[in-house]
Amino acid sequence: MVSYVYLKHNAVNRKARLTLSLYRAAVYAVLIFLTILCLFSFYLLFVNSTRSNAQLQAGFRILPQENFLNNLVNAWNDVSISIPVGLKNSFFIAFLTAALTTYFSALTAFGIHAYNFKGRNFAFVFIMAVMMIPPQVGAVGFIQICFKLKLTNNYLPLILPSIAAPIVFFYMKQYMESVLSLEIVEAARCDGSNEFSTFNRIVLPIIRPAIAVQAIFSFVGSWNNYFIPALLLDKAERKTVPIMIAQLRSADYSKFDMGKVYMFILLAILPVIIVYVFLSKFIIKGVQAGAIKG
Amino acid sequence: MPRQIEENIAIRRHRSVSYAKWGYLFIAPFFIVYILCTLIPQFLTVYNSFFESYMDGLKQVGPNYVGIKNYIALFTPDSNGVIGIIKYTQNTLIIWILGAVPQFVIAMLLALFFTSYRLNIKGQPFFKSVIYLPNLIMASAFAMLFFTLFSNVGPVNQLLLQTGIIDQTFDFFRSKVSVRLLIALMNFLMWFGNTTILFMAGIMGIDQELFESATIDGANSTQVFFRITLPLLMPIVVYAIITAMIGGLQMFDVPQVLTNRLGNPDRTALTLVMYLNSYLTPSKNYGMSGAVSMYLFIITAFLSMIVYRSMIRQGTSSRR
Repeated sequence: MVSYVYLKHNAVNRKARLTLSLYRAAVYAVLIFLTILCLFSFYLLFVNSTRSNAQLQAGFRILPQENFLNNLVNAWNDVSISIPVGLKNSFFIAFLTAALTTYFSALTAFGIHAYNFKGRNFAFVFIMAVMMIPPQVGAVGFIQICFKLKLTNNYLPLILPSIAAPIVFFYMKQYMESVLSLEIVEAARCDGSNEFSTFNRIVLPIIRPAIAVQAIFSFVGSWNNYFIPALLLDKAERKTVPIMIAQLRSADYSKFDMGKVYMFILLAILPVIIVYVFLSKFIIKGVQAGAIKG
Repeated sequence: MPRQIEENIAIRRHRSVSYAKWGYLFIAPFFIVYILCTLIPQFLTVYNSFFESYMDGLKQVGPNYVGIKNYIALFTPDSNGVIGIIKYTQNTLIIWILGAVPQFVIAMLLALFFTSYRLNIKGQPFFKSVIYLPNLIMASAFAMLFFTLFSNVGPVNQLLLQTGIIDQTFDFFRSKVSVRLLIALMNFLMWFGNTTILFMAGIMGIDQELFESATIDGANSTQVFFRITLPLLMPIVVYAIITAMIGGLQMFDVPQVLTNRLGNPDRTALTLVMYLNSYLTPSKNYGMSGAVSMYLFIITAFLSMIVYRSMIRQGTSSRR
């Protein structure tokens, strides 16, 4: 009797284990399929950037060929689309955007976190409320002002608005609430530090992880930004990478050296991929932390 | 000793008063820039929508006050009886839904897989990194890449021809269905990783004891999902759907580059923001683009409210 129950139990167990491992195999199959789906287009991009125009016309190929450097030199030295200029411009704008948005969002968050003043609650509620308004709503008026003030082909309207970023502010505020005790601020005060240098020398180092996460996201966001820059930048030497890529599309691409086209696209996304390879775990953690709090 | 404390309190009170100005000073840049770069432009957009103002070649027309004429023009059918803005709203929503449905289903499945102790999936950091990657890729470059891959002489057609799956080039950009599906596929790829991580964070925030006690009470995994996980995750699901929809209504980069700003075939892939953009370049038609912006704002608020209402109601009924 005992052994019968034991055997039956064992059989049920074995069956359960078999279903579990089948289930697990199916899950891994799904994951591998999605991995391929995510990476395949980028893999093809890489392969095709190593092939000459003639090789590309000849047909599909899964393995790289030997023309990577050739394509790189051709794309880099192209006269109509000057990718090095675009990379330089994009980098300049994205770098300043990331610096300004993190610094001023942290400063605003600190102002609301650490000080008691009239209107503090209103300021907080206001920022939270405007977070939901889609940014395109003000675009028309913004463009109009820029044209009026002759700010076309100027980077100011692309960089300056990043000082007021409600979402970055919110992230910083949440982060300060979890790590920044006001005793530290008071202690600095007792040591004779003025408030501004307390923020720069004590608060900023403490919230460095939050700054790093948001700096990456705002850098990438600015790097990829297309809508507003495309409306404001029309001089070749001022254009950013996304505008140049869109230009490729409107050119008569059938006359283009396709190896060069793939190389242009590769150069546009490579900086972000390189950063991502090194920082992906950190970035995912940042997204996760934002998700829990938000 | 008590006197000491009293003194401290007095000092502190005195300090908290005198330090208030620093609070104002620190939040000032944010508000000044917000007012200059966002608030005033928003009011200007609304204001513009009641004026006739555009460039006719090199000649500036207006600005003249025209009341709601721009809005009427927006809803006036063209010679084929098609109301443009309605058609582009439908395009935008159809393309968004085509991408969003798989996005949410797959994200929920993956979030359940990754958080399951029983399954104990290995290599999670790798899979998460891979599925999140497309989110960071330049949308315009991603669209250009898809255009080259799926063009008539591109690798996808070459592969299909070489393997004999098709015997004649398939023009992906001549068919309404394939253009919309390509845009939806790109949106899906760019956003499902993000949603997965959001759902995972939500599931991990649920008290583990709830799952344990439900399992001890004999609930199977389907019951656990529908009776515990989903209801408790509902606020995050609603948040995710609303933010995704707001983002979806702003869809621009991908269809703009993929269809070379035309939204063809027959403008069936023309989204609302592409339509808005078409009024800004080259004619600088602030009147019409202002009206389109207002429409976009209202439809966004309206749809967000509908989603919020219906999801919350569903949430309470499933808990009952």
